[in-house]
Amino acid sequence: MENTLNIALDCAKAQNASKIHRLKMRVGDLSGVVPDALEFAFDVVTRGTIAEGAEFEIERVPVICHCPTCDRDFEPMDWFYECPHCHQLTPHIQSGQEIELTSLEVS
Amino acid sequence: MCTNCGCSVVGEVGIHSHSHENGHSHSHENGHHHHHHDTHQTIAVGQAVLAKNDRLAERNRGYFMAKNLLVLNVLSSPGSGKTAFLERMVQDIGSRIPTGIIVGDLETDNDAVRLSNSGAATVQITTGTVCHLESDMVLKAAQQLNLDRLDVLVIENVGNLVCPAAYDLGEDLRVVLLSVTEGEDKPLKYPTMFKSAQVVIISKIDLAEAVEFDREKALENIRKMAPQATIFEVSSRKGQGMTEWYGYLQQHLKKSPVSTIS
Repeated sequence: MENTLNIALDCAKAQNASKIHRLKMRVGDLSGVVPDALEFAFDVVTRGTIAEGAEFEIERVPVICHCPTCDRDFEPMDWFYECPHCHQLTPHIQSGQEIELTSLEVS
Repeated sequence: MCTNCGCSVVGEVGIHSHSHENGHSHSHENGHHHHHHDTHQTIAVGQAVLAKNDRLAERNRGYFMAKNLLVLNVLSSPGSGKTAFLERMVQDIGSRIPTGIIVGDLETDNDAVRLSNSGAATVQITTGTVCHLESDMVLKAAQQLNLDRLDVLVIENVGNLVCPAAYDLGEDLRVVLLSVTEGEDKPLKYPTMFKSAQVVIISKIDLAEAVEFDREKALENIRKMAPQATIFEVSSRKGQGMTEWYGYLQQHLKKSPVSTIS
């Protein structure tokens, strides 16, 4: 979370902003990040910074896998990434691992 | 603070080998000027939060590649037997395959002392309250070892199956240990970690019977969760399964057999 805040503070500084009002993130379901923990950490690390009290939004990114046999992408039903067409398990992950700072609203 | 759990980075990360200590300093830039704007403005950022670590991991990877090192990132819960497994490995093959070990722990250098007694060149990183290792810590620690003399560099990560999964350290292989005492469903509880593993090692198999470990179920769970992983079943105490693991390591070495003869 401290990494996220530092990126946000750098961006705000580059825009000569004095306050961060809103911060949006994208968090993949396979990133290992727990949104609740992130929100808690956000409140703690922003204290005393220009991001204190900012609204914090997390957009969850579902896992998308690729089946090399069918050459098709699919959204798995559970943690076993089984292709719904050929029922093979695949280790190929297209998305769902991201932890990204998407945008900031500043003034 | 870690992206995943919010562990604190207050305090110093300590890195020391047994022969010499290196001091290191951090500088922080501060001081910024603000101009006030009345209207709110949205800035598109689109930056990966761990971009800095990922970049440093790529730098480590290139550095290790130049040294012809096979680098392993060894991960597990606390108490799965990482240190015992590495001790056994160094005792068995250390003279043939020179191995250096970077050990990450929250506190104490007990593991580094154990490993160093088994004959490996060892550096301890004490992370204080940080629950995982990051690329810059690994680089600083690696530079305290004579990498030109090594064939294998092992990074024994902090015992934790959650946060270390998100941090690439520049390794070639991610090795995840799971002991029979932890139960067959461990892979189902930590998908992110198991899906990132190239190797899964079931440890303490000498205790399997006593704890009524369901081997078939465990193998099925690992194969479903991590179809990409090669699985080994070992006992560090009795030595079962270690030969198969050494064979796999040998196949992945970067140095030609000639250069490993000392």
